[in-house]
Amino acid sequence: MIEAPNKRSAQIDVFVGQPGGMLKALHALQSQSEANFLSPADIKLVASKFGVPVAKVWGTVTFYSLFATTPRGRHIIRVCENAPCHVVGASDILAALEQHLKIRAGGTTTDGLFTLEATSCLGVCGVAPAIMIDSTVYGNLTKEQLPALLAEYRQEAQA
Amino acid sequence: MTIELTINERIVCVAEGSTVLDACAKAGVKIPTLCYHPDQQIKANCRICLVEVSGQRSLQPACAYPAQSGMAVYTSTPRVREARKTILELMLASHPRACLECPRNLKCELQLLANELNISESPFPRYERQVPADLSTPSLKRVPEKCINCRRCVHACLVTQGIGILYTSERGQETVVQTVGREPLGDLSCVLCGQCLQVCPVGAITEIDDTDKVWAALADPKKHTLVQVAPAIRVALGEEFGQDPGGIVTGKLVSALRMLGFDKVFDTDFTADLTIIEEGHEFLERLKEGESLPLITSCSPGWIKFAEHNFPNLLRHLSTCKSPQQMFGALAKTYYAQSSGHNPRDIYVVSVMPCTAKKFEARRPEMQDSVYPDVDVVLTTRELARMLKQAGIVWEALAEEAFDTPLGISTGAGVIFGATGGVMEAALRTVYEVVTGEELGRLDFTAVRGMEGIKEADIEVGKQAIRVGVAHGLQNARLLMEQVERGESPYHFIEIMCCPGGCIGGGGQPIPTTNAIRQKRIAATYLADESMVLRKSHQNPAVTTLYEEFLKRPLGLRSHELLHTHYTPRTK
Amino acid sequence: MKYYRAHVLICSGSNCAIKGCQTIKDALVAVLNKHELQSEIKVVDTGCLGWCEQGPSMVIYPEGVMYSRLKNSDMDEIVTEHLLKGRFVHRLMTQSTDTLGLASPLNMTPFFQKQRRVVLKNCGLINPERLEDYIHAGGYTALATALDKYAPEEIIAMVLDAGLRGRGGAGFLTGKKWSYTKAALGEPKYLICNADEGEPGTFKDRLILEGDPHLIVEGMAIAAYAIGASKGIIYVRGEYDLSIKRMEQAVLQARENGILGEGVLGSGFNFDIEVCAGAGAYVCGEETALIESIEGNRGEPRFKPPYPAEKGLWGLPTCVNNVETLANIPAIIENSPTWYRSLGTENSPGTKVFTLTGNITNSGLIEVPMGITLREIIYDIGGGIPQGRRFKMAQTGGTSGGCLAEEHLDLPMDYDSLASHGSSLGSGALLIMDDSHCILDLTHCFLKFFVHESCGKCTPCREGTPALYKLIGKMTAGQGNQDDLELIHRLARTMQDSSLCALGQTAPVPVLSAFRHFWPEVEAHMTGNCLAHKCFSGRGSKHDH
Ligand SMILES: Cc1cc2nc3c(=O)[nH]c(=O)nc-3n(C[C@H](O)[C@H](O)[C@H](O)COP(=O)(O)O)c2cc1C
Ligand code: SF4
Ligand code: SF4
Ligand code: SF4
Ligand code: FES
Ligand code: FES
Repeated sequence: MIEAPNKRSAQIDVFVGQPGGMLKALHALQSQSEANFLSPADIKLVASKFGVPVAKVWGTVTFYSLFATTPRGRHIIRVCENAPCHVVGASDILAALEQHLKIRAGGTTTDGLFTLEATSCLGVCGVAPAIMIDSTVYGNLTKEQLPALLAEYRQEAQA
Repeated sequence: MTIELTINERIVCVAEGSTVLDACAKAGVKIPTLCYHPDQQIKANCRICLVEVSGQRSLQPACAYPAQSGMAVYTSTPRVREARKTILELMLASHPRACLECPRNLKCELQLLANELNISESPFPRYERQVPADLSTPSLKRVPEKCINCRRCVHACLVTQGIGILYTSERGQETVVQTVGREPLGDLSCVLCGQCLQVCPVGAITEIDDTDKVWAALADPKKHTLVQVAPAIRVALGEEFGQDPGGIVTGKLVSALRMLGFDKVFDTDFTADLTIIEEGHEFLERLKEGESLPLITSCSPGWIKFAEHNFPNLLRHLSTCKSPQQMFGALAKTYYAQSSGHNPRDIYVVSVMPCTAKKFEARRPEMQDSVYPDVDVVLTTRELARMLKQAGIVWEALAEEAFDTPLGISTGAGVIFGATGGVMEAALRTVYEVVTGEELGRLDFTAVRGMEGIKEADIEVGKQAIRVGVAHGLQNARLLMEQVERGESPYHFIEIMCCPGGCIGGGGQPIPTTNAIRQKRIAATYLADESMVLRKSHQNPAVTTLYEEFLKRPLGLRSHELLHTHYTPRTK
Repeated sequence: MKYYRAHVLICSGSNCAIKGCQTIKDALVAVLNKHELQSEIKVVDTGCLGWCEQGPSMVIYPEGVMYSRLKNSDMDEIVTEHLLKGRFVHRLMTQSTDTLGLASPLNMTPFFQKQRRVVLKNCGLINPERLEDYIHAGGYTALATALDKYAPEEIIAMVLDAGLRGRGGAGFLTGKKWSYTKAALGEPKYLICNADEGEPGTFKDRLILEGDPHLIVEGMAIAAYAIGASKGIIYVRGEYDLSIKRMEQAVLQARENGILGEGVLGSGFNFDIEVCAGAGAYVCGEETALIESIEGNRGEPRFKPPYPAEKGLWGLPTCVNNVETLANIPAIIENSPTWYRSLGTENSPGTKVFTLTGNITNSGLIEVPMGITLREIIYDIGGGIPQGRRFKMAQTGGTSGGCLAEEHLDLPMDYDSLASHGSSLGSGALLIMDDSHCILDLTHCFLKFFVHESCGKCTPCREGTPALYKLIGKMTAGQGNQDDLELIHRLARTMQDSSLCALGQTAPVPVLSAFRHFWPEVEAHMTGNCLAHKCFSGRGSKHDH
């Protein structure tokens, strides 16, 4: 459910003036979005609360890779592309995901369930190759494990 | 305290707090710069100004690095030259390099620098930024693919103007200056002041070129073409032809316009004088009634748009007077048409303005009180220069001529409209004499002159003590408006000009327009005022005749129809 | 206090959590309940044990036996054999690879034998969600000692004496940095703990935050006392959900127990901490970019000078320290600088936490004295290169570091030795690569990281990084020529010399390092040969999407 705007607005008030408050507000708004993104209304809201021009908030939002300004899938799959994962087969994982989901990195599946993102190191290289689906990490992956993994999310979505 | 350092082994002394760039300038060494702008904070992002500094492992940007005592700086070592060359080549690799098609051709800092550094191509892989151009407004054209990310426009819009329409977005190679959501300027609260354009080193922001429309009108035998020139043009146009800033070129300007083929060459100063009469009376009326004070001037279209977007509840404070440009157009197609026997349909009014926002103003739907648009087309100073060059007019060879009458007759009060504080000073000269019936001893209200952001003055007008405020640059305007909003404004009358320094520093003026250059244009403006025989608007004989023959009286019915307007609240 | 006859510690760091620790724990609890052992045996969630490759793992105390690669079905056996009958389940015991499969208790496996745990001393041994556990392990005594016994200047002097160097990458003397901030004018002063860890191959800070969050609170409080900061901020990278949660929890607990807030531990010193989250930008680890980010801006580095010590967050004096740096502080105060100097080398005292990744048998987190050789790390601790392949190279300090080849295996791991070989200790990432990899393909991969992470502020890095990436890509596609090589060199020099921050300055390092140590292999590409058979062969380069 999309919450009433005044409620969202009240939620953000606590972050104003805090160190790191603007990023916290943006995280909070994005996490409430069904489509995992910050809408123009969100950006306006943050700008007016923090007393900065909308273009500046836009500049901030587009800078950080965890924020999106266009709708994304319900689940974000992040595939690390950096060397520690690369040397143990990350590119195969990414290729397999692209094939399985029928999208390229950066794309969203037609059912709106998954967005696939190629990212920098996720800090879980101890179990490389690793991916994150939302905030859950899956490590020591082989491409054979992927279909079953994704099936779980699909099932959950249907339930 | 001064400190001593060496630049290329030569000793130079500079004040403490100077940068290496300052020291180099003092030593007679030119350091290439791009992101540096003398009126802005240091950004240190383009890296073209790198020099070797003793004791530093890597090269350091001269624009940002503090000069220190005993420091040794080298500005043209092989290492420095290689770095500069590489950096410039990198910029060129992601720049369209379509110089021939660019309005900034031959006046682009990137192009000039490439020439100075002897670079004509880039060996690096080409990168094309996929960002569409923005042609949504009548004033400005934004072509982000030409942007070199110096961020001078960001500073101009956010800090100088306090608006923040443009900001750096994305990251890595996709980094580019953008509006929120990449929306066109026309859908935003951009005031079209062109201050961003004025600081852009390349052709990423330019004015919309309307010269073709003017050429067409001049060539059309059915059209009776009138041109009006704003006060700020005469102290700036010479710069487009290589003259030093600060020259007064009124006579050449007039003869050049005649040579272009205009049927009549008139002066916006005439309607500036008229504005003073109308606005002066409006002020006295409000003062008497005690209503909607402070009264705020309305000649600056960027400021008007700003007020409409940001202070929609305070619009009643704005003078209802149209700007001199629009008053001129309205009279041209009524009063002048009648008295000269031309059909207003055939009259074509061109204005030469220091301002990009004027292009927008002329298109406002409310600005056609004669049924026809008051003003048909607005040219900036730069566009006029372009036409003169195109016509093969040799600047040095131009004779000096005088404006046509009657709409070319003006006073010194009209001239100073071009500088911040000028409208206020002109108004005070008139208001004082109208109210007291006495002649003003000293005409110069120096307190309202100069580049200080907010100025104020107290004047005794008869028994009434009047306090006036003057702001230029919208960041300063905002401060005064917030006072008004809180009900704490101490002023009776406020002059606001959108651009720093007033119209002489407008977005349509020759590039570069820095604060130092603004000061020279301001000085020239007051010189021009002093050289005039008549220096008070109410002394303008043509204005007097206009009232006698046509308008009858200030704030009368005709005035209301033709010379006054209303404002539209807009969203932020 | 309730007495348990045995404690089962289950690793709940995110590396293991992903391998199903939670379900293992549930299974174990179910079996314990079945045998009605719940009042005798305590199951504890703990931080990472470091041996990520082998997860999920558990350690049973008092014996100190570690079981790894666990499945839910193993729980029955562990409970009936080990916990009821006292017999070790050898089949599941953590195997050391160089012995003949003889299982040994935890501290005896080579993986742990060469380690010296100062920073990680509690990780895996206490429940990080409980303040009591931290205090039982001796926590907050260093803070109490500092506040009671020493003046701020004395703390700074101790840290200087200990010779502690910043663990965030640059290796700057921590005591010196503190003295600058202390001397700077302006109130309040800020202490920022840099937990933006984003260097590829690095996850030490995450595991410290997850495994021992109070250690960071304590380290920060001591640092703040020393420099006169009243406000602390921990900036944790946005992806580290569990670290953020644990730190928030620890700060709350500390606040509730008088360790943070007005009058820390009853002294006259006031200090509190806020936890901030990043949003996905490696460059925000750079201290001035981090400050910008906290202020709500794009995370772009600032020009220095002024340094943060003078003008940092909101223009006020600010000290930025890495997680691991701060984690060393309590031990220095507690044990003396002399003790600290007894570890490690002359110019790089103390221990260093490394994260081992890549083609290595035991990947994971280790803590060793500075000066240990690369060979010891790879072969003794790391268990060597798997699948019978040969060591080709190691990248130290993450992608911003540099590469070392076989001839450097006996190089001592410390700041200066690595720097003298064009590499760096950096964040402590150690990426091991075997001989199946192509140097140019790897370089291309390293560069892609910088292309993605360049903030875009300055020209040499914004435009140079992608240019370098494309030029190397040209070589991996078999289209490189002599002119390209010259261009690459010129570009690399300029980026190092002209970029605004260390990101752009170090982006060319992998290229230079590759050219320096693997020139024949690079050159072979110019004549159409990829010795590792990774490049060309119709696929061009693998990273171009
Ligand atoms: C691009 C870049 C990324 C950095 N990332 C980190 C980081 O993730 N964590 C960190 O502690 N320091 C990082 N640093 C170093 C910091 O700028 C800073 O030197 C460090 O936090 C100081 O802490 P220390 O003195 O305790 O090492 C990074 C530097 C650069 C240039
Ligand atoms: S024209 Fe003025 S308001 Fe519009 S973007 Fe440029 S500086 Fe900002
Ligand atoms: S648009 Fe012009 S002024 Fe603005 S950043 Fe780009 S090049 Fe600079
Ligand atoms: S070197 Fe790169 S990351 Fe650093 S300021 Fe320049 S563009 Fe940004
Ligand atoms: S390199 Fe892939 S998670 Fe760190
Ligand atoms: S002019 Fe100095 S860095 Fe741009």
